[in-house]
Amino acid sequence: MTSRNAGALRDTAFDAAEIDRRLAAIWSTTPGVWGALATVDHKVIGRRYITTAFVFLALGGLLSLLMRLQLAQPEARFIGPDRYNQLFTMHGTNMMFLFAVPVMQAMAVYLVPLMVGTRNIAFPRLNAFSYWMYLAGGLLLWIAFVLDTGPDVGWFAYVPLSGPQYAAGKRADIWAQMITFTEVSALAVAVEIVVTVFKHRAPGMSLDRIPLFVWSMLVTSFVVILAMPAIMVASTALILDRLVETHFFNPAEGGDVLLWQHLFWFFGHPEVYIIFLPAVGMVSTIVATFTRRPVFGYLAMVMALIATGILAFGLWVHHMFVAGLPRLGESFFTASSMAIAVPAGLQIFCWLATIWAGRPIFTTPFLFAIGFIVTFVIGGLTGVMVASVPFDTQVHDTYFVVAHFHYVLVGGAVFPLLGALYYWFPKLTGRLMSETRGRWVFGLIFVGFNLTFFPMHILGLQGMPRRIYTYQPEMPWSGLNMFISLSAVILAGGFLLFFIDVIRSARTGAVASSNPWEASTLEWATSSPPPPYNFARLPVVGGLDPLSDRRDVLPVAAGLRVDRRELLVSSIVEATPEAREASSGDSIWPLLAAIATTATLIWSIFTPWAVVWGSIPIAIALIGWFWPKGVPEDES
Amino acid sequence: MAVASACSGKQSALDPHGGPAIHVEHLIIGIVAVCTVIWIVVIVVLGLALLRSRRAGAEDANSEGRLTTVVFAAVAASVVIIAGLTIASFYTTRNIGVPGSAALTITVRGQQWWWQVFYAGSDASRGFQTANEIHIPVGTDVQVRLEGVDVIHSFWVPSLAGKQDVVPGRSNSLLLRAEKPGAYRGQCAEFCGLQHSHMAVLVIAEAPADFERWAASQRGDALTPADPDAAAGQVAFLAKPCSACHTVRGTAAKGTTGPDLTHIGGRQTIAAGLLETTRGSLAAWIADPQTLKPGNNMPMVPLTSVELQNISAYMESLK
Repeated sequence: MTSRNAGALRDTAFDAAEIDRRLAAIWSTTPGVWGALATVDHKVIGRRYITTAFVFLALGGLLSLLMRLQLAQPEARFIGPDRYNQLFTMHGTNMMFLFAVPVMQAMAVYLVPLMVGTRNIAFPRLNAFSYWMYLAGGLLLWIAFVLDTGPDVGWFAYVPLSGPQYAAGKRADIWAQMITFTEVSALAVAVEIVVTVFKHRAPGMSLDRIPLFVWSMLVTSFVVILAMPAIMVASTALILDRLVETHFFNPAEGGDVLLWQHLFWFFGHPEVYIIFLPAVGMVSTIVATFTRRPVFGYLAMVMALIATGILAFGLWVHHMFVAGLPRLGESFFTASSMAIAVPAGLQIFCWLATIWAGRPIFTTPFLFAIGFIVTFVIGGLTGVMVASVPFDTQVHDTYFVVAHFHYVLVGGAVFPLLGALYYWFPKLTGRLMSETRGRWVFGLIFVGFNLTFFPMHILGLQGMPRRIYTYQPEMPWSGLNMFISLSAVILAGGFLLFFIDVIRSARTGAVASSNPWEASTLEWATSSPPPPYNFARLPVVGGLDPLSDRRDVLPVAAGLRVDRRELLVSSIVEATPEAREASSGDSIWPLLAAIATTATLIWSIFTPWAVVWGSIPIAIALIGWFWPKGVPEDES
Repeated sequence: MAVASACSGKQSALDPHGGPAIHVEHLIIGIVAVCTVIWIVVIVVLGLALLRSRRAGAEDANSEGRLTTVVFAAVAASVVIIAGLTIASFYTTRNIGVPGSAALTITVRGQQWWWQVFYAGSDASRGFQTANEIHIPVGTDVQVRLEGVDVIHSFWVPSLAGKQDVVPGRSNSLLLRAEKPGAYRGQCAEFCGLQHSHMAVLVIAEAPADFERWAASQRGDALTPADPDAAAGQVAFLAKPCSACHTVRGTAAKGTTGPDLTHIGGRQTIAAGLLETTRGSLAAWIADPQTLKPGNNMPMVPLTSVELQNISAYMESLK
């Protein structure tokens, strides 16, 4: 500590009540509209992010119900091809870019700082900015859809169908620009999480003591950082082709339509793991808590996470097995796609071993974890099937694949997410969700999901392609399609009950203690919901399960200032404290920067000059954002 | 012809009638069987883990060691199974064969939203083209060259072979083979815009002699209509904008945007599998193509009811 700051107020000088009062004064978000717009509290932004993502989930679900209404009977005239194409494009785009990826990152925004024992996420203003960009991208897409200019080229927007010649109007541009919004926000959150996990862990939380959910988000964040640039390059090239007549994807001028597919899937396949890996972390957390023992094979689990994250980049060509690529290359990707089943299998075996050796408590989150294993294994095994080139030539772009990826994404990620919401709801809101309603929610969703999606495997093998707005009565598909549409009502009922449970529990649920599940990770060491500063004194970690080891006496670190926002910087491997760092205060500038960026990006759909003129307000907003504060940032 | 209904033909990976599809079906059955067993084992273990009776005492270190062994064995088993499935997949790929050694080559051009089909000529005979209907001789390897002209489509006749994309700027090909005579339906599998749903193709496999007879008739120019209605229809067809997009070989109609209609009356379906070829369905289609197949590239040409009847009769007569 430098003598220059000897006069600063530190927590060593006060008793507990006084520390709470002083920390609350400097960390709290100002009440009112201004405070809400300027806040950089990761918990406020995280809750906002999660809520927004679930709103998009509900909207995307409504779209799928409309599609099931149309497909219930052959040659139905309920929805025409133009609207139907918008429906499935919106459903896919919305679920992937506005729900699945953001909601996982949102859970991390809320939970990771608590789980590693710090007071805010790294780069809190960037975090606020990322939420505003995400919201703007979502609004862009949905407002366009309401105005009948929703994208209609499929969620992977293959050229030339999405190119200047075959996609007139601005529909495809809105899709491509929405990508830019969500990727900016996803990349921002990924960077925040990497830095938070690497540099802001509580003293003593060495790499081998990091909770598995945090590990999963760390690996996910690296996958985001490495995968997302590919799609931003692709969507930017598409906008350039459409707006300023470049020819990246035009074969007549030396461009290549398969370039789009390579770039898209180099992102698009890792995307699946960006959604799935956080779910692995959630399942590990839930299983550990409700079997009353640590997850079996911690090191193996971490290695499986990392191996999956790396292998995720070697599989993208299996989305292109029928595009006409050289056979030797395809064989390589068959082998690599099969190989990723090994780390996935290892994780399943470790959970089974954990349950075997533990003492299961059948709460709603645990039911979702069990439902996850049952359905995800099916999704994983059908993944092995489509990894085989000859197999894939029969099921690619059919309802078999629709069934496969819903088993992976709903069974493999949404089930864990719902379990995670039941699990962490008390930490998010201070109230428990209803265990009775929770069981009904699980039952309806589990049964409804399997009845809806399992028959799609059969439809695909019977030759039903995906993305058709209708089919002829001669085809033998009507019976199963009607069955699927009816089953979808059960599934929708489960989700409806879930939303009812969330809203009612948030208002009238049982008040939660700080650790209602007797869990062992740090987020349960503080009140539910946590105070604005998370921890009055930063915890010191002495093991993998800091709360179960010495539940009554969690050691704490002392010496942080109580007169400004300050958190601890620690070393990457051992998490030994290195410095005290100032954490940003609330600021309206991230919102202004997001508005300026939003205006520029939307304007640039119409004219390239928007990039030139739009950079001026963005520059002004960024100058305001980064205006020097005149105080030293770090003290070692 | 033994085919009962025009629009219906076999279209299922589980009902294979051609060499490649049969090999793939064996692979599908094999992999699905292995995976089903794996799933059942996982579920049984999960059920036992959840429900097994637990002793009141603390867990012993011994059982932890046993679990490690079991998990290790399970991972090893997965590696072996995965390797086995990979090899089975490679083996099937090899069995399906490489296009290029075929006796007959057909060029198929996927367009929004129909299939243009070219049969090449030889020294002895001239080539011809047709639409949405491919005839092949049974028991023969047929190479289908796939040419893209607008957006990506995917050629897929599941009862005969797996699918292959039709990509603008690339030449792909596919091996088709039918072991038995019959009608095999396929449809575009890659989303290609408004009428992706109505882009079917019918493959008619017939005995080599029947195939040769069919090919010979296709090589010929269009028949001169004998029936007076049809003759009036020909006059109207040539006078109206129809001929700007369609070819009827042997007449002045030489348009190339739409399907070649030289022998349309002999095809089982019109509008890429949408309707059976009858005089009534032809009239319905010509009268209002945008209601039957919204967004397709055929405009509604204003016709009097007499002209409509005559043109339909003419089309039907083009066997």
